[in-house]
Amino acid sequence: MLNLLLSRLATAIPSIVGVVVVTFMLTRLLPGDPAAYFAGLAASPQAIAEIRAKLGLDKSLPEQFVGYIGDLLHGNLGNSLSTGQPVVVEIATRLPASAELTLFALIVAVAIAIPLGVLAAVKQGTWIDHTCRIVTTAGVSLPVFFTGLLFAYVFYYLLQWAPAPTGRLDVFLSPPTHITGFYLIDSALTGNLETLWGALRQLALPAISMAIFSLAPLARMTRGSMLAVLGSDFIRTARASGLSPRTVIFTYAFRNAVLPVITTLGMVFSFLLGANVLVETVFAWPGIGLYAVNALITSDYAPVQGFVLTMAILYVALNLTIDFVYGLVDPRVRLDS
Amino acid sequence: MLPLLRHARYVLSENPVTGLAFGLFALFLIAALFGPVLAPYNPLQSNAAMALKPPSAAHWFGTDQLGRDIFSRVLVATRLDLTIAFASVILAFMLGALSGVAAGYFGGWTDRIVGRLADTIMAFPLFVLAMGIVAALGNEVINIVIATAIINFPLYARVARAEANVRRDAGFVEAARLSGNGEARVVLGHVLPNIMPIMMVQMSLTMGYAILNAAGLSFIGLGVRPPDAEWGIMVAEGANFIQSGEWWIALFPGATLMLAVFCFNLLGDGLRDIIDPRMRT
Repeated sequence: MLNLLLSRLATAIPSIVGVVVVTFMLTRLLPGDPAAYFAGLAASPQAIAEIRAKLGLDKSLPEQFVGYIGDLLHGNLGNSLSTGQPVVVEIATRLPASAELTLFALIVAVAIAIPLGVLAAVKQGTWIDHTCRIVTTAGVSLPVFFTGLLFAYVFYYLLQWAPAPTGRLDVFLSPPTHITGFYLIDSALTGNLETLWGALRQLALPAISMAIFSLAPLARMTRGSMLAVLGSDFIRTARASGLSPRTVIFTYAFRNAVLPVITTLGMVFSFLLGANVLVETVFAWPGIGLYAVNALITSDYAPVQGFVLTMAILYVALNLTIDFVYGLVDPRVRLDS
Repeated sequence: MLPLLRHARYVLSENPVTGLAFGLFALFLIAALFGPVLAPYNPLQSNAAMALKPPSAAHWFGTDQLGRDIFSRVLVATRLDLTIAFASVILAFMLGALSGVAAGYFGGWTDRIVGRLADTIMAFPLFVLAMGIVAALGNEVINIVIATAIINFPLYARVARAEANVRRDAGFVEAARLSGNGEARVVLGHVLPNIMPIMMVQMSLTMGYAILNAAGLSFIGLGVRPPDAEWGIMVAEGANFIQSGEWWIALFPGATLMLAVFCFNLLGDGLRDIIDPRMRT
């Protein structure tokens, strides 16, 4: 078990190195002179040179890279120009909002996609199968920011079922005591049902918009791998032995079919983390995506860079977890390693 | 050629949706080529007296906050959106196919470098990487093209590598080598043309994603700048009016964008069925 964990961790190291090198290169590509930018328009050449020395921009590239690594190891991602706050603090305080939204969207996507995929495979060629095909093709075609807006218009403006699409909680409700940073979990733990309901209502529309966008690969993969498994010899044997269709489908077929679906989760997370930025912009969700977008508008580069790095490291960590779970679920992978 | 056409007709008759997608594609092409001529109004001309009018006979898609005709803007935007998508797909194809074919054919260090590069790009959530690239390179349309090409590069490189790898010892490649062709000529003149059909399918499959990605970037304010007409930025402008009920400003550009992506996704699936029946789902 420990070996499996260690071997999986080792595979993540090149990815982390690559991610850090690319984010460093992104700052080097920054057009214009950051020192002149920091100094302001009226700065004298001496002032600019001073700032350049202070920022370490007068050193050679390898030296700057070493400095960058040192900063990262100290958890220093620079300061935001517009707020003056350390980027790492701002990202850390906003991360729970993004994580709650993304994970909730993933749960919704899995809860719809897997039953849909299984049904489409079991009843191949029927209307359920066609529905599955339409939903998956339409799902990936929907621009997530457009779906979000459409939902806000229909469910907030027209039907008034949903609260105003601004933020995590209605202004009249106070946020729950900070335990995990997830409003749903915190309010449930403190027994604050009013806040729980309010947070859930705010979360529903953005999470559903994201889920629709990301459920297509899951549903497609579930359908495809269920079809492949259902056509195999051991299923025929199981059926011929007189097992009930239920046992055949759930105990025999689904447990084998779920493996490729776990692998697809990596792609789904890539979709979700990207969609997260757009959905947060539409629903004014106070997460790290909105933070990065606001920083982009004001050409405040340190937060954008910190955001890209955080997202990439999260994504590598998620892929690592998926890999590890795969190893736990499929004993064959464990033997190979 | 004739058998391929017959096969295409067979696939189309079996799946009428693909035919529909081809029709839609033709419409989008016409809009992209002749949009500025066909547009009933000047897409940049504001008219304060006609601001925020819902759809009517004169303004089919209504007018925006500056009184500009949304139908004209959506029509004219087609060219910019499709150009960005086409350009980025072609760039991704050139980078990906060349390095992928080289990696698959030569193996060794070439393979390792290309593979590592592709893995590093894939280690990022792709849209987030595209954001970072545009932010670093500068807020220009051309940088949206570059960013979209970079995030699509691994897909092309991987497909090209796998296909070239299978063919490196194939009979026709051996024959080309034995008749005295240099390695570069074998790769570019014999291996690459042989994998073109599969690369074409890949291109049409990533086209929809490229449009979505470019529109997403301009939605958050990267690349295209107002007052230029582009679907993503038009949805962003309309977003401010959704809460007060002016739905048409965001709806029409958004729906057109959706239709374009839908069309290219169906087209990609259809093309795959025609060219490579093994990959059919």
